[in-house]
Amino acid sequence: MPETIPQDSIGLVKSSIFHFDQPLALDCGEILDSYELVYETYGELNESRDNAVLVCHALSGTHHLAGYYSMEDRKPGWWESLVGPGKVIDTNHFYVVGVNNLGGCNGSTGPISINPKTNKPYGPDFPIVTVADWVESQNRLTQKLGIKQWAAVIGGSLGGMQVLQWAIDFPDSLRHAIVIAAAPKLTAQNIAFNEVARQAIRTDPAFHEGHYYEHNTIPESGLRIARMLGHLTYMSDDIMAEKFGRALREGSINFDFGIEFQVESYLRHQADSFVGTFDANTYLLMTKALDYFDPAASMGSELSAVLENVSADFFVISFTSDWRFSPQRSHEIVKALHDNDLNVSYAEIESHHGHDAFLLALPQYLDVFGAYMERVASECAK
Amino acid sequence: MSLSRSDFQVICDWIEPNSRVLDLGCGNGELLQELSKNQGVSGYGIEIDDKNVSQCIKAGVNVIQRDLDLGLSDFDEDSFDFVILSLTLQASNYPHRLLGEMLRVGAEGIVTIPNFGYITSRIQLGLGGRMPVNKTLPLEWYNTTNIHLCTLKDFEELCDKLGIEILERRAVTHNHKAGPGLKLFPNLFGEIALYRFRKKTS
Repeated sequence: MPETIPQDSIGLVKSSIFHFDQPLALDCGEILDSYELVYETYGELNESRDNAVLVCHALSGTHHLAGYYSMEDRKPGWWESLVGPGKVIDTNHFYVVGVNNLGGCNGSTGPISINPKTNKPYGPDFPIVTVADWVESQNRLTQKLGIKQWAAVIGGSLGGMQVLQWAIDFPDSLRHAIVIAAAPKLTAQNIAFNEVARQAIRTDPAFHEGHYYEHNTIPESGLRIARMLGHLTYMSDDIMAEKFGRALREGSINFDFGIEFQVESYLRHQADSFVGTFDANTYLLMTKALDYFDPAASMGSELSAVLENVSADFFVISFTSDWRFSPQRSHEIVKALHDNDLNVSYAEIESHHGHDAFLLALPQYLDVFGAYMERVASECAK
Repeated sequence: MSLSRSDFQVICDWIEPNSRVLDLGCGNGELLQELSKNQGVSGYGIEIDDKNVSQCIKAGVNVIQRDLDLGLSDFDEDSFDFVILSLTLQASNYPHRLLGEMLRVGAEGIVTIPNFGYITSRIQLGLGGRMPVNKTLPLEWYNTTNIHLCTLKDFEELCDKLGIEILERRAVTHNHKAGPGLKLFPNLFGEIALYRFRKKTS
């Protein structure tokens, strides 16, 4: 709980919900007749409506980017370090929008929502959604919010993939695309990690083929393993060595299977806090959206070809120790952009924090990202 | 804005309006900014230093953060009209390979090199018996990033060996003063040399 809200925080915020009755045809062939999107906005939309910035979230992110819901709130939004007054994504200049993706479990329609056809939660019957489906739904929200064109669409990891999809699907709807710690598609290794996570959940006896709500249970052990596995791929070997090393919780080994090493304690803690807040069916959907993402698939995997109609200026950022989406993957995006003579800048941030670095307030990251956002702001009407 | 380095003005004169340029080791992006503002030039800068990258971004210059010694493999053949390498060749690990790469991705190359045959350097080394330290080569031998120094003669010999045709050469002093001595004995009185070159047509 913050006793006082920090000066540089956006402060107390609240979410809003839009209900959509216009059916959404999904990539998988199914149609969502109606759905809701939960979102948050910070700052003011200017008269010219040209200072709006969309932040797309990653696998376990939400629409709650920054600020606190109440004085009792333990933690601020997930990108508090970058979003707020005077921060990199400066709410004094920008009208910042965060939206929870379809299939999520934080307020937008997803597996835990009631299916109007059955009056029961969708559960495993919630259709598989793709990055392109999300972007389509976000575009509808854009229209409802009265935003003609985004000054920038920004995202890290899976969020960065949505940014790329935005630039491809709605080239005239954004002026800048900021793609952070992302990849143009997953590698076999990436997909393999996701599949292990899914297997952990789906083979948990409490999973009940996804109908666990009706059994008043959750596939806790599966979701815990999935989260632990995911979490350790977001960190680098170096940062784990620095944070935990081989430190023991009780100072000596006990020759048993309890929590002995600090790193075990840490992973279990991460799993504990995740299980209480995240839905297993949503986790499955998010990993599928990651696996399927390959905007160039229709063009024989030629990313350059699929970017032909893109007009946004790009800023691509990667982190040296990120092995989940390594700098090499960002190079692929940068190459495809300069193959099309598009405006692109690329920063490779020296960091030992692994994939998670994109969430942190690292000095050089703040410096280049801030410089770029200043440029974006300078192009908006006052 | 006036260009801060004496070689930049020469480079601007050489580059045709509206051409596509790749600036290797673009520093704070000053040259590219000037070229884009005054000559409608588009393209990218490559730079490794964090501070320079930030400054390029502030200046609105397209900058790609990369180590030049890793090569230009992400760029396709003949992507640019000009590839510029300004006072960077001598700091690269493999100057001969870099020259080849420049002419793979671009039609013409422009390099600027500090001339190790400059009279002050010759005196410092030949008479003083010590590695030259002067305005163009300001650092000591142990902390300089200039690891592959050459004279005009050396550079031209390498170009010949690599099948590179020199189109233009300009020798200048660090404050861009030209005199009759420079024209007659560029390898002696030139502190900095600029070359514009392309692949020899066989």
